[in-house]
Amino acid sequence: MFVSLFGSVEQGIIYAIMALGVYLTFRVLDFPDLTVDGSFVTGAATAAMMIVFGYSPIVATVVAIIAGFLAGCMTGLLHTKGKINPLLSGILMMIALYSINLRIMGLTLDNAVGRPNIPLLNETTIFSQVQSWWTSLGIDTALNHMLTTIGIGNVSKTWSVLFIGLIVIIIIKIFVDWFLKTEVGIALRATGDNKRMIRSFSANTDRFIILGLGLSNALVAFSGALIAQVNKTADITMGVGMIVVGLASVIIGEAVIGTKTIMRTTLAVIIGAIIYRIVLALALNSQYLDAGDTKLITAIIVILALILPQVINKSKEKKARAKRLQEMRNKQGGDELA
Amino acid sequence: MLKLQNIQKVFNEGTPDEKVALGNINLHLKPGDFVTIIGSNGAGKSTMMNMISGALTPDFGNIIIANKDVTPLPEYKRSQYIGRVFQDPMAGTAPSMTVEENLAIAYSRNKSRTLRFGVTKNRRDVFRTALERLHLNLENRLSAKVGLLSGGERQALSLLMATFTQPSILLLDEHTAALDPSRAELITQLTKELVMQDKLTTLMVTHNMQQALNLGNRLIMMDKGQIILEVEEARKPHLTIPDLMTEFERIRGEKMASDRALLG
Repeated sequence: MFVSLFGSVEQGIIYAIMALGVYLTFRVLDFPDLTVDGSFVTGAATAAMMIVFGYSPIVATVVAIIAGFLAGCMTGLLHTKGKINPLLSGILMMIALYSINLRIMGLTLDNAVGRPNIPLLNETTIFSQVQSWWTSLGIDTALNHMLTTIGIGNVSKTWSVLFIGLIVIIIIKIFVDWFLKTEVGIALRATGDNKRMIRSFSANTDRFIILGLGLSNALVAFSGALIAQVNKTADITMGVGMIVVGLASVIIGEAVIGTKTIMRTTLAVIIGAIIYRIVLALALNSQYLDAGDTKLITAIIVILALILPQVINKSKEKKARAKRLQEMRNKQGGDELA
Repeated sequence: MLKLQNIQKVFNEGTPDEKVALGNINLHLKPGDFVTIIGSNGAGKSTMMNMISGALTPDFGNIIIANKDVTPLPEYKRSQYIGRVFQDPMAGTAPSMTVEENLAIAYSRNKSRTLRFGVTKNRRDVFRTALERLHLNLENRLSAKVGLLSGGERQALSLLMATFTQPSILLLDEHTAALDPSRAELITQLTKELVMQDKLTTLMVTHNMQQALNLGNRLIMMDKGQIILEVEEARKPHLTIPDLMTEFERIRGEKMASDRALLG
């Protein structure tokens, strides 16, 4: 049990990078961007391809981020210059990326142009690079020993992934918080909030939409590149439904943590991504559900996250009304008696 | 400061719905001029405003602001020189952002936006001083979300934001029409103060004839895409509503159509 939860938090933190990307488009820009399903794989495929070619995993990850940024900019161009509806621009880019991703992975083969996956089992990744240094610190042994003594069970796992994930997500959170408060960031938020207004204050909304989509998909591709390195494989199907996972994280986080300030909302999105992974792990732990049901569970989680708050609000209102009615009756009764 | 030369605009050209929105408009505003525009619905007032702001482009003719031909410039480039307040109090501000962030947007109007913080300590002081001019106590609510403000407060903020960087031209598009009478009076008063203090060259569309007479140094009346009456600075102070009605009937030879205009 603890091991699967541990894995959930670990993966949740890395998927949180993607969720922050989805937050940038879905909430800040008010642009439901389906490019995510494709750009996540683009990140994974680019990083895996570069690693197989022997590039440093850091360089590979940086190139993956740039690839994601370009993919997002393309969606932005389709929408702003091509005047294509936001949803459709994202879908078009997603489907185009499917073929592009096959081609990217295909670069590693001599006898074929496309390739559906790249295993990274014996390759150097960001995580394997720090592993030896991490082991020398002896933190794993100490923490695992501690967990065994307090009786949680033997987690014979390394904590390095969690550690790296935490550092990365903290840096990204600080970056997003800072960016959204800069002059450019404020104009970007206003673009999502009131386009007509920000245009009358000499901001080129097209440019901000393209920039926002680029940044968002850069984060998504970053997440994909790291996931490929943690799971030691890049696969053409790994992005399926990624936008829904991102939405689930944003919606759950906002419901649990709140959206009072930007710093709080970005924290909410990160926590939401982790909660989503935990809920998913708990559901899959049941004997009736299979790993193949993941997407169905995801859809149900999002549906619940969207509907439950409405139901709760309604019942709250009902209760408050019933209470007011009762008070009125009591008062009337009292008046009649007097 | 602002010159409109032979502006023409036809909507749905070549279809049965063809409508001449503006037919050969010529208008010249000197620096500091405050022109009020009246006219019934469909007279072309809003089309003319959209033409100046760049939301629409004319079929023919040129728009010159501060000796610069801005006709080919898109709306976002032109809005460096133009401040604008819309009729809808919700239209001029970003509701999910705070008062200070909205002012930061206005502050960056005529500068290029950088990766520096939009709201800094120095700027906050500038914003506070500016907000004091509104007498709405907004200077103490800098971090309140604008969506929580009332319609009147939002419109006052829109007005302040539009005039913040002292634009070459200020466009007011029935900006008091959606407010209740007391709020409308407040916004009218603020408009007078802000325009006077900063000597802004202003164009104001209104349906309220009294407001059109009270504000500004010049007045024009539009009908069917034409400017049918221009009242110059010397004559305007002596003008009354009956004068305007008579004038309109004389030119058009018909009773004034719009009830809304009469209500003013």
